[in-house]
This record gives sequence, C-alpha cells and structure tokens, in this order.
Amino acid sequence: AVRCAIYGSVTRGGPIGSSAISVSHVTRVALLVSPLASRCYSHGKVESDEEFDARWVTYFSKPDIDAWELKKGMNTLIGYDLVPEAKILDSALRACRRLNDLASAIRILEAVKDKAGPHKDIYPYLIQELKPTLSELGISTPEELGIDKL
Amino acid sequence: MLKMMLQLIAGRVSSLVARRATLALTTSSARMASHAPDPGNVTSPEVTEAVDMSRPMYWDRLDTPLPDKLYKDELSAAEKSLKEKEKGPWSQLTNEEKIALYRLSFHQTYAEMNQPKSEWKTVVGGIFFFVGFTALVVWWQRVYVYPPRPRTFDDEWQAKQLQRMLDMRINPIEGFSSKWDYEKGQWK
Repeated sequence: AVRCAIYGSVTRGGPIGSSAISVSHVTRVALLVSPLASRCYSHGKVESDEEFDARWVTYFSKPDIDAWELKKGMNTLIGYDLVPEAKILDSALRACRRLNDLASAIRILEAVKDKAGPHKDIYPYLIQELKPTLSELGISTPEELGIDKL
Repeated sequence: MLKMMLQLIAGRVSSLVARRATLALTTSSARMASHAPDPGNVTSPEVTEAVDMSRPMYWDRLDTPLPDKLYKDELSAAEKSLKEKEKGPWSQLTNEEKIALYRLSFHQTYAEMNQPKSEWKTVVGGIFFFVGFTALVVWWQRVYVYPPRPRTFDDEWQAKQLQRMLDMRINPIEGFSSKWDYEKGQWK
C-alpha cells in the first residue's frame, strides 16, 4: 500500500479494504466527502464516537500490521485531543503482541496516562478495563515495573 | 580618496568572508571525516557531531510515543537473546528483563521526560545579565556621547522663560496665563 501520511486522516488502504485509495482517484473532493477526519465542516458528515472507535480498532486489528503502521497509528492517535477508549488500546496492545514488541506496549500505557493530563481518574479506569488483556498478554504496567517514578 | 577607502573596506570584508567560509568548510569536512556511519542514534544535546537527518531519528517526545527508530540499534549478544525471548510469552519475562527491553527501545521514560528542569533559571538570569550590560552601555553613552546640556534647562533661564510667557499673556482665557493672578503677582 502507498505510505502517504495524509495529515489529519488516518485510514489507509488496509482493513477498510474496499475504499482502497488508488493513486488515480485521490482527489481533495474524495477526501473531504469521506467520513475520515472528525473535523467540523458544516457541510460534511461528522463522524460519531462509535465510528471513530470502530475505525481505530479495525486499524490496529489488521493481522499482518507492521511496525511502521503501529508507530504511525499510535503517534497519530496520541496527537488527537482525546484519550483513546479501552477497546482501541486493547487492539493496539494486541498489535504489539503480534509484533513481539513489549516495549511499545508499555510505552503506549505511559502515553495514555500522560494524555489524560490533570484528569487523574482516567488512567486507573483504563487499566482496570484492560486488566484482562494485560494479564493475558503478560504486559506489566509502568507502575508494576517502577518506571513511572524517577 | 573615498574610492580608495571603499576599496580598502571592501578588501577587508571580502577577506573576512573568505576566511569564515573556509573555516566553515574545513570544520564541516573535518566533522564529516571523523563522523562514523551513525544512524542518528544521538539524543543528547551536548553532542556536537553532525547527525544524519536524512535517516529516521530517535527522539523522546510526549506526543510521539513511538519514535521513528529504536533507541539502541547495535545489540549485544545478551540483548539479542533477550529479544528472542520476547517472541515468546511475555509472562515468562522477569520485571528486570521487561525494563531492559523497554530501555533498548527507548531512552527516557515519560516520568523522566516530564521531570522539571532548571533551564528557566538560566534564561531569566541571562536576561537580567544582558539588561544590566545594556544599562552600562547607556551610562557610558550618557558620559561620552551625549552633547552638552542645553542652557535652556538652567533654573535661571526657566524662570526668565516663565516670566516672559506671563508677560506675553500666553493662553490668557483658559490656559497658562489665566492661572496667574496679575494683581497679586502669584498663582491663583
């Protein structure tokens, strides 16, 4: 697939297979009309939270996801003004498992805690939601490893 | 005469420029020569050797959890075997091994990135220093550059000027002279 970092939109030709972006059809009009970025166009379609979550879960669920796609996805997701839902993180952690990358899994947890900022109750909630996945995959939280302190 | 001066100045400037250019060239070429093929594995700001920015780089950023490349590229044999063990179940890794794997891929943890620094003190101190230095410059100017004080500021001159203005009846209706009581010879 063509690796183009379309700023703001995330979908690539992967799991959303049928809307594969072939080079000849990439036009600005197509990008604006498709429900990709949840920008506030008054005329465009606004993506719902569920659609957003589903899209990201699908992105990380790609069976043969590669390291670059994981990095790109995570960096983009952290760039948004939100804390990702537990199900998106679950999908991302499983992607780390498929890539045999424990370090990235721990990094993702750290990033999410940092992303919550002053809202200190979000991270414990997420860890609680992700507990089954964490124990299944054997991922230790940064707190368990002691790297959340200096 | 002027033309000669200009030529002299031009000559000086061009030699300065030439010298600076060669200096830049020699230092950069020296840097290039001594610079081993480095995949950009340089994160500390104190390192002065040139980094190859055409290749993926590593950086610690809060908003970029997974940088373009791993922190450590060249792994020792022990590290390589640990990487092999990572392919198996992660529950079999000890905490030390997990931390070791983390440190292979990343330089600073989020806690380390977030820790407060004292850089601001240097910045504020520097500001005060340079403001103070400017004050010294201004003082020197006051002593050596300013022309002599005009005589119109002397008290005697100012008194005579004031008297003249009153004699001329400057703004007698609502302004200056209207505030002076001419009978009593004082301000109202």
